[in-house]
Amino acid sequence: MTDAYVVGVDMIKFGRFPDKTVPEIGAEAALLALDDCGLTIQDMQALYCGNLGQASAMVGQRILQQIGQTGIPVVNVANACATGATAFREAWASVKAGLYDCVLAVGVEQMGKGLLGGAGGGTGIPKEGLLGSGTMPSVFAEAGLEHSRKYGTTFEQFAKVSVKNHHHSTLNPKAMYQIETPLETVMNAEMISYPNTKLMCSVNVDGSAAAVICSERKAKELGLMGRAVKVRASVLTSDPWQERDLVMPDVNSCTRLAAKAAYEMAGLGPDDIDLVELHDCFATAEILHYENLGLCGDGEAGRLIDDGEVALGGRIPVNVSGGLLSKGHPLGATGIANIYEVATHLRGEAGARQVKGARIGMTHVIGLGSACGIHILEKV
Amino acid sequence: MSDKPLPVVDYLKIPDKGEPYLEGHKCKSCGAIFLGARQVCSKCGARNQLQAVKLSKHGKLYSFSIVYRSFPGIDVPYISAVVDLDDGATLKGNLIDVEPDPEKIEFDMPVEVVFGDALGRKDREGNSYLSYFFKPAS
Repeated sequence: MTDAYVVGVDMIKFGRFPDKTVPEIGAEAALLALDDCGLTIQDMQALYCGNLGQASAMVGQRILQQIGQTGIPVVNVANACATGATAFREAWASVKAGLYDCVLAVGVEQMGKGLLGGAGGGTGIPKEGLLGSGTMPSVFAEAGLEHSRKYGTTFEQFAKVSVKNHHHSTLNPKAMYQIETPLETVMNAEMISYPNTKLMCSVNVDGSAAAVICSERKAKELGLMGRAVKVRASVLTSDPWQERDLVMPDVNSCTRLAAKAAYEMAGLGPDDIDLVELHDCFATAEILHYENLGLCGDGEAGRLIDDGEVALGGRIPVNVSGGLLSKGHPLGATGIANIYEVATHLRGEAGARQVKGARIGMTHVIGLGSACGIHILEKV
Repeated sequence: MSDKPLPVVDYLKIPDKGEPYLEGHKCKSCGAIFLGARQVCSKCGARNQLQAVKLSKHGKLYSFSIVYRSFPGIDVPYISAVVDLDDGATLKGNLIDVEPDPEKIEFDMPVEVVFGDALGRKDREGNSYLSYFFKPAS
């Protein structure tokens, strides 16, 4: 099988664009990614489009109606917060399989404000606040406190994740926010679901990101190998059965399963990774994934954040983009925005937030329900 | 309109005589316990091996969150609790009769399943509902 390369990749600055349509927002990133490699929509043999909010509304085709209706196959993908990563992976798989030489993946989302999730539904009466909580901040609070019960992880340690990621975002012009949030500001922010304060919850924003993926032969033929980033691993998992998963969505086991498979596919280990963009939908979640991705041993995540090992300049910088907590989390775009961030570092083009000497990076997303997507990228 | 309260979820059973109880479905092949009836066990894949069982009223607090922001009309703060029942089932519900303060909540604290009115919530037809709650075991 051929190797597949990201030859063009970009994202728009995340924000709130109530006056634009979803296809308009998606089209912007698609054009940016094409411009990044100097190709046109006429060069694309297929489009894989990730969007959640309008999953039944042919967003991919409507993007082509904005930027060029060339008649290529379009696959519209929805997979919760793993939607963008899934679209990227389907694009990658089509090149790996030899179906196409050059394809486009786009992730796009337009979000409302406010709480996501909620317990129950169906017939009868509302269950939220009656049978516990099903809001996302609560679900991830409960997952975080599961780590606390095992290892004594503290509210302060969870809060430090948010301090770090907000700091990183001050160096990222494409992040929604560029605001320092000291520890006391994070801990004293409005409590949403203990231990997640408002500043420990990801930001609901609108956004899009896109990537052009080529086979090795095509990338060479087009003279695009100079800035090309090789996809060393692409993995997608669903949630294996867990004893508590009827009431407690498990983000750990599907991540561990995916990480193991990704390292195997790449022939690499955690020590080979220079930077990670992982799914910090809530500050509590980031702590869990240090261990799930093997960045440290089980029970060491609290120490990792205390010692600054996961900060820019540390041993294994995590979410130098600012993460979902500050860059923002447009659900369908996030997976490809992560690819953009890692690729930008591997290309040495990340400016003030550049991870020095970065050669190999990892992206990770979790869609609750559940889906985990992991990619390992390398600059060759 | 029903003259008796309806169960808040289908796995809460209200017998004509005797106390309400929670019902699980246990796989005879692998022992996994589910809430609600089903044909196939999603742990081991066995078909038609699920047997209704009465769930324990006693358990321990596994994890929780204290909810301060919810949807309009929902009283906060409250404790959303994940409880492991003594027989292996896990349930989520409100933990009542405990102050919503992390200092007052201990992992593995023994809790009891109690039944009561669903916080006054009624459906469109005006039916009342019976819900379950957790409270510290005395």
